Amino acid sequence: MNGLISTATATFTATAFRASACPERLRSLLERGLPLTERPWRALAEQCGMSESEVLVWVERWQREGLIKRLGLVVRHHALGMRANAMVVWDLPDAAVAEVGRQLAAEPAVTLCYRRPRRLPAWPYNLFCMIHGARRERVLAALDGIVERHDLQDVPRRVLFSLKAYKQCGGRYTREKQP
Amino acid sequence: MSTHRHRPEPVELDAADRGIVNRLQDGLPLVERPYATVAAELGLSEGELLYRLERLLEAGVLSRFGPMYHAERLGGGLTLAALEVPEADFERVTTAVNAFPEVAHNYRREHRLNMWFVLATETPERIGETIAAIEATTGLAVFNMPKQEEFHVRLHLPV
Repeated sequence: MNGLISTATATFTATAFRASACPERLRSLLERGLPLTERPWRALAEQCGMSESEVLVWVERWQREGLIKRLGLVVRHHALGMRANAMVVWDLPDAAVAEVGRQLAAEPAVTLCYRRPRRLPAWPYNLFCMIHGARRERVLAALDGIVERHDLQDVPRRVLFSLKAYKQCGGRYTREKQP
Repeated sequence: MSTHRHRPEPVELDAADRGIVNRLQDGLPLVERPYATVAAELGLSEGELLYRLERLLEAGVLSRFGPMYHAERLGGGLTLAALEVPEADFERVTTAVNAFPEVAHNYRREHRLNMWFVLATETPERIGETIAAIEATTGLAVFNMPKQEEFHVRLHLPV
C-alpha cells in the first residue's frame, strides 16, 4: 500500500499543493481505514494538519456529495464461511434489463446487481448479480427461488462460481500528491 | 495487496461479534467518538468494541474499515474485466495481473472466461491504459465490461 503512495508522482506547483494537500491527504489516509481508537477523527486530523472538527466537516461534505457512499466495513465473506460466491449473469432483451435488474436487486440474496455491456460473440450476458452463501447448494436454491418469483425460466443465464480469490482489497482511488 | 494462496479457516463469530458486524455494515455515525456511540447501542463498552474490531480485522473477517468511495464521483475509473486464460498459463497470468496496483479483486471463475478482476484507477483514462498494459504483459485480450447501470441492493449482509 505504501509503495503505491510513495511511487505516485505529482507535477503540482508548491502553491497548488498547499491549497489541496489537506483534503487530499485526508482522503488518502481514510482509504487505509479509520483508526481503531477512541477519537479516530482526531487521530486523522493530527496526521493531516487539520482540526478534528474540520475533518468531520470534510467527511460530512463528501458523504453529502456522494463521494463517500458510507462509512462502514467490508466483510470478507470467505473468512466468515461464506465460501460460495456466484456471479449470475443473464442475457435479457435490452428493453427488459432495467426492470429485471430492479427486481433482482430487491432480492435479499443479491448483494450486487449491474447492467454491463455484452461482448459478442464470446459473452452475450448483459445483467450481472452476485449471490453469496455458505455452500453452492444454498446459492443455487436461492437462485431457483429468484427465477421462479420473477418468471425468468426462459432467460438464458450462467452461474459462475468463484474457484479462488487471488486478490481482494479495497479500491484505492486517491494517491497522495508529493510537493 | 497480497495474494491469498493459503486461506485461513472460517472464523467463528460469537453473538457480540455478529451484532458488531451487522451493525457496522449500516455505517458508522459521524461523531467525535463513533465507537462509543455504536458500543452503547450494542450494550458493549467502547474498549470491548475496539478490541473485538481489532480481532476481526486480524482474523481477516473484515478487510477494511472505513469509507466506501464512489469511484466515479471521485473522478476515478472502475470496471470489471475478464480474461480467457489457457490452463497451463494460469499461474503466470495471475502473477502478472495481480502485480498491477489497479487490480482490486481477482477471482478465478468457472467459465471459458476464467479470470475476472476489478480495476480501480485514479482517472477514467487510466482504465484504458491499464487494460492495454495488461494485454501487452499477458498476451491475452481483455474483455472490458464497465457498469452501465447500477441497481441498488440492500447493503446489509446478515451474518
